[in-house]
Amino acid sequence: MLTSFPILSTLIWLPIIGGLLVLFAGRNNDTVAKWLSLGTALATFILSIPLWTGFDTTTASMQFVEQVPWIPTFGVQYYLGVDGLSMPLVLLTTFTQVLVVASAWEVIKDRVEQYMGAFLIMGGIMVGVFAALDSILFYVFWETLLIPMYIVIGKWGGPRRVYATIKFFLYTFFGSVFMLVAFLYMFYQSGSFSILDFQTMPLGMIAQILIFLAFLIAFAVKIPMFPVHTWLPDAHVEAPTAGSVVLAAIMLKMGGYGFVRFSLPITPDASMSLDWLVILLSLIAIVYIGVVALVQSDMKKLVAYSSISHMGFVTLGMFVLYDILEKTGSIQGAQLGMEGAMVQMISHGFISGAMFLAIGVLYDRMHTREISAYSGVVNKMPWFVMFAVLFAMANVGLPGTSGFVGEFMVIMSSFKANIWFGTLAALTLIIGAAYTLWMVKRVFFGPVTNENVEGLQDLNKREFAIMATLAVAVVALGIYPNPLMEVMHTSVENLLVQATTSKL
Amino acid sequence: MNFVIPSFAPAMPEMVLLALASFILVADTFWSKRYQFATYYATQISLVVVGFLILASFTTEQVFTFNDSFVRDSFADILKLFTLIVSLGIFLFSREYLLQHKFYSGEFFVLGLFGILGMFVMISANNFIVLYMGLEIMSLAMYAMIALRRNSGTAVEAGMKYFVLGALATGMLLYGFSMIYGATGTITFPEMAQVINSGKADGIVLAFGVVFVVIGLAFKLGAVPFHMWMPDVYHGSPTAVTLYLGTAPKLAGFAMVYRLLYEAMPGLVEDWQSLLIAISILSMGVGAIAAIAQDNLKRMLAYSGIGHVGFMLMGVLAATADGFSAAMFYVIIYAITGVAGFGMIVALSKAGNEFDRIVDFKGLNARNPWLALMMLITLFSMAGIPPFIGFWAKILVIEEVVKAGFTWLAVYAVITAVISAFYYLRVVKSMYFDKPEDSAPIEAITPALNWGVSLTAIVLLLLGLLPSTIIDLAYLSI
Repeated sequence: MLTSFPILSTLIWLPIIGGLLVLFAGRNNDTVAKWLSLGTALATFILSIPLWTGFDTTTASMQFVEQVPWIPTFGVQYYLGVDGLSMPLVLLTTFTQVLVVASAWEVIKDRVEQYMGAFLIMGGIMVGVFAALDSILFYVFWETLLIPMYIVIGKWGGPRRVYATIKFFLYTFFGSVFMLVAFLYMFYQSGSFSILDFQTMPLGMIAQILIFLAFLIAFAVKIPMFPVHTWLPDAHVEAPTAGSVVLAAIMLKMGGYGFVRFSLPITPDASMSLDWLVILLSLIAIVYIGVVALVQSDMKKLVAYSSISHMGFVTLGMFVLYDILEKTGSIQGAQLGMEGAMVQMISHGFISGAMFLAIGVLYDRMHTREISAYSGVVNKMPWFVMFAVLFAMANVGLPGTSGFVGEFMVIMSSFKANIWFGTLAALTLIIGAAYTLWMVKRVFFGPVTNENVEGLQDLNKREFAIMATLAVAVVALGIYPNPLMEVMHTSVENLLVQATTSKL
Repeated sequence: MNFVIPSFAPAMPEMVLLALASFILVADTFWSKRYQFATYYATQISLVVVGFLILASFTTEQVFTFNDSFVRDSFADILKLFTLIVSLGIFLFSREYLLQHKFYSGEFFVLGLFGILGMFVMISANNFIVLYMGLEIMSLAMYAMIALRRNSGTAVEAGMKYFVLGALATGMLLYGFSMIYGATGTITFPEMAQVINSGKADGIVLAFGVVFVVIGLAFKLGAVPFHMWMPDVYHGSPTAVTLYLGTAPKLAGFAMVYRLLYEAMPGLVEDWQSLLIAISILSMGVGAIAAIAQDNLKRMLAYSGIGHVGFMLMGVLAATADGFSAAMFYVIIYAITGVAGFGMIVALSKAGNEFDRIVDFKGLNARNPWLALMMLITLFSMAGIPPFIGFWAKILVIEEVVKAGFTWLAVYAVITAVISAFYYLRVVKSMYFDKPEDSAPIEAITPALNWGVSLTAIVLLLLGLLPSTIIDLAYLSI
């Protein structure tokens, strides 16, 4: 029964239609808008669970496939499906969506229906990005996402929100148009827009390199990689809490997802010859951006830089495979790096989301994100600090939290590739601990020196529920990551084969 | 001397339109005192009648008549139908604008109808003379429409400017025509193509002719470096007239390009292709960069229109049937989007405030969220951002230049698209993020306008979600 039910379409269109309903039904009634949004988000999440339970882990081929012609003249199809790489990301999206709606409950007072509607619509579009198997459909979702995000940051953001949101829009738009030209070129060569056909079509070296670079610009901006990362701290700092959560937890993952869905399988030879570029930029992100994070005085900015640094791990884990192959002659070690990168993406989705929500909790009370404005929060908000410290530890990569699993796997495999890669990557254990724990020390501990802190209230039930849910996710994934790895395993193997088979 | 009576059937829509327009012209002087809107309704009914006539006799064959000077094919029919649809919207919006700004008169609609007749003749022209006739019928009507508001200095200036530069462009075009006629000995397009292909015509004269023809076309379309009249004329004209001349004539202009370059001079593709590449590059660049500096929305849309022409020409310069189809699709979408964009300015303009400055749009979301959303759809569609139809228009022409081997041009085009996204975003920013100067709620001046603007914008969204049918229309007709 499950195979015939269009579950992916439901996950895309239910929140979009729900979001439109919220826009109209909730126009003058915030209560209706809130409950309708929560209902839609919960329904979407519950409907997405069958993706996990009905998933066949023994095959790398696409599952839950839906395929209908969209523009027959051009062979554009409405073609959806998930494999082990995208399915966890779809679930992450639907899961985050519920938290996002809940996080805005009492906080947003201005035009609640537009805020909630925008986030629901975004949720549907993001599922679309991960589920699309037609490149044009993918691009449509990818670009459409910019519109609601542009409005959200610009309308409910901080003081420099207009600058931040235009920068965000133009950066990502600039990145992705080259990808579009690459798609059109490949369509012209292969006669199909299907991503799976792109993966099997032969391509010459020059074409591959140009396509690889086009993809690199698109995904490097999105993930983001050094040196095109500068939009992220601005966007994060100015965005409202939920906007930051969506940006960090899901939108950054689109860049990583792009690398595994497009760059590696479609242009394996170019990936092999240009892997040094990605590795170099990843290592710069891990070390240099980590150091930059150290000196931030704004908590959100600190977490934003830490996100960039962690995304460096993702790209590193994905691209060390060629060095491992060269050195050891087998792709066994590469499997570890690739799975580590994928786990890191999911785990960072939880952790960064949690960190931004925690900062949001503080910001709602004090209306400042300056580290220096806080001290001794633990005396007034013990429950909150318990969760926040847990998330901070996960951000550092403490064993037993999800942050450890991915980082450890990536560091292991980069040692196999090159001792220097491994050493530099491992530096993050020190730098990450430094910036995170230093922030923890300054914000949460110490004496209460400020009368605003004196008046802080601990978490209410809603906030407690959000924090607890995320804490459970972070710890569960840290202690027992196996179910996630099992889901990915076959698809990652298949990806490695694709990435190492020459297309010349 | 034997005189064969030509078949009138293929030109029936034009003849009916001419008869109706002439009738309304005369009748207007009698009924305008007693029934203020009689001319308006008669005009709209005429458009619908002609539309049904075309639909009823729709044919996919090419039919020639009047000694091969007039052609009826599916290309012509589809462009004419879209001209009519766009014109229905234009007249609907214009009436409210003219009433609001107190220069309502039947002449506007009569001139509009004659302009449409000119467009029809251009679309169906099969030789130089008929093409020129159509162009002049259309242009003369438009000169008069621009200057209709006699007491407005800017409108009269715009009218003069358009007239002088338009005459210059026509001169260029005629000069080119005469050279090509001199070289080929024929004025009929298919015959001309044969003579050129046979290689009997003098290459140098032909090359000169092509250059002048392309310059004339670029003038008429408003492509760089012959674009200077566009911002001034768009800005100076009453918005209802800007709405008219910024939309429907583009369809006829494209038809002119198609008939001349594709049907008459496919053999000279090397000559006109390189010219068009240069013009297209310049247009996209100027359209993207100069629009940033504008604080008047009409001027901004004029520059954005220059950029759109550059995009449209990319389909043309691919020089394939599919390329022209993509360009045709682009121009149809551009016309519809233009109706939505200028229509929004009309819908919000009150006597004494044209509502055409970007600052007027400040905080529109707080004053009227629905119209702000509609404007947002329109702007993002112009910027070529999915899921709106403008995205498909851009992607199709880019696809065609990639196919034609100009991938670098495609890369350049998308970069200009990113640059131009900035000024569309800036208007969205004004609407959504800025505080309104006057926080009173604002409504469209009449409910009809509210519906009209909303419908057009929603069409942009729906077509963007399900673009298949309209794309097929453009691709089947060439």
